[in-house]
Amino acid sequence: MRSLKLKVMVLGLVLCAVASFAVVDHSWADHVSDADRKRVNPYAGQAEAIAAGSKMFADHCAKCHGADALGNRKKPSLRTNEVQNATDGELFWLLKNGFLKRGMPTWSSIPEPSRWQLIAYVKSLGVSSENHSSNLPQENSQEKQK
Amino acid sequence: MDQVLDATELQLSVATGLQLLKNMKKALALCLFGFCLAAATCSAQEPPYFVTYSHDLEEPGNLEIAVKDAQGSPKFANPFVSETLELEYGATAWWTTEVYLAGQHTSNDSTLFTGWRWENRFRPLLHEHLINPVIYVEYEHLSHADKGVLEVTGHDSISDFQLTNDQARSEIEKSLELKLILSSNTHGWNISENFIAEKALNEPEPWEFGYALGVSRPLALAARGKACTFCRENFALGAELYGGLGTLDGFGLKATSHYFGPTIGFNIPRGPTVSFAPDFGLNDNSIGAIYRIKVSYELQQIFSGLHHSKGSQ
Repeated sequence: MRSLKLKVMVLGLVLCAVASFAVVDHSWADHVSDADRKRVNPYAGQAEAIAAGSKMFADHCAKCHGADALGNRKKPSLRTNEVQNATDGELFWLLKNGFLKRGMPTWSSIPEPSRWQLIAYVKSLGVSSENHSSNLPQENSQEKQK
Repeated sequence: MDQVLDATELQLSVATGLQLLKNMKKALALCLFGFCLAAATCSAQEPPYFVTYSHDLEEPGNLEIAVKDAQGSPKFANPFVSETLELEYGATAWWTTEVYLAGQHTSNDSTLFTGWRWENRFRPLLHEHLINPVIYVEYEHLSHADKGVLEVTGHDSISDFQLTNDQARSEIEKSLELKLILSSNTHGWNISENFIAEKALNEPEPWEFGYALGVSRPLALAARGKACTFCRENFALGAELYGGLGTLDGFGLKATSHYFGPTIGFNIPRGPTVSFAPDFGLNDNSIGAIYRIKVSYELQQIFSGLHHSKGSQ
């Protein structure tokens, strides 16, 4: 009898753990703190930084997100309203931490100033109605609005 | 008479060294040529380490091909050049798997294939932290003739290099190697610490331990707007320290070997990454100097079709 109780308790704990994991961690944006969200890009709008960001985008990002950043099949476009309206701090957080569950690697190995340059470039592209993929940040943004 | 002999020995050793360098150059030229034929490429943003691992994993879907050479002239042994071919694949954003094929050439002896390794690295934590752990699990199938020195564990020492290839090649060691990789990226610096535990599976040997520490930083943290090959941001400088920590039966620094040296990496834009490091032995159990060179090239999204087909809409 005692053994049966123990088994039920263990099973219950496991189910709770799985359920809480599933509930908690399905949006990267939920993890961004207010302080991170409010961070300001020191290179925002600077032509030299945008040019530098463009080089890095071609090296590190274009293969997944497309040379025009419009996405590539399952890889999201970076020119949606959701990405372009995200704060620089949110995008910086995403570059630093990645979203490993969904295949977005961390880019913490790129030094901070270069990451800001990359964001300055992405923001300079603006919104485009042509999106070639289902969008990861869009999902996050919708979840956030809920 | 002694002076004449010494001079002859010196000439011989210089000639052997030159021959080894020529072989290395040929191998490198071949590798570079092969890499230049590849189509979709980019340079990796990794610290220029040879022994130490950071928490940077391969991007999912990318395949990095690398050739690592190590050249040394151990005391009372023939000079050698070791070549290791690495194929590193980003299976997911939190799991990188890698296969190594190893061989070596020993002067006045022979050239031989020494074995293979299969390595896996996992990131247990899905976000970036001050210190980021990575779990490393590797299976090795290597003969004792392997001279790659990709890690130092237990009581590895210069005497391992004094056996002839015929003596060493017959002994095959199948072993399990575990590493706890701790690594941080802060203010442009990468600081990495590796703790190594190795167990021979086919020999009654105790667990062997080792360590590796690495520090590196790019020469510039912000990129230039103009396209340039020799910009400072394309170079990274660092240093590595690694060595053995004895075995479970005799843990400590006694009868172990240790190395320290600077390392430099050059990310050629839209080309390979080339790294170089002279590692210097810190005690009598170590080889005086090991010169290392690595050329790596990343093929992006080569199995992306496979990834997409799994979950395409």
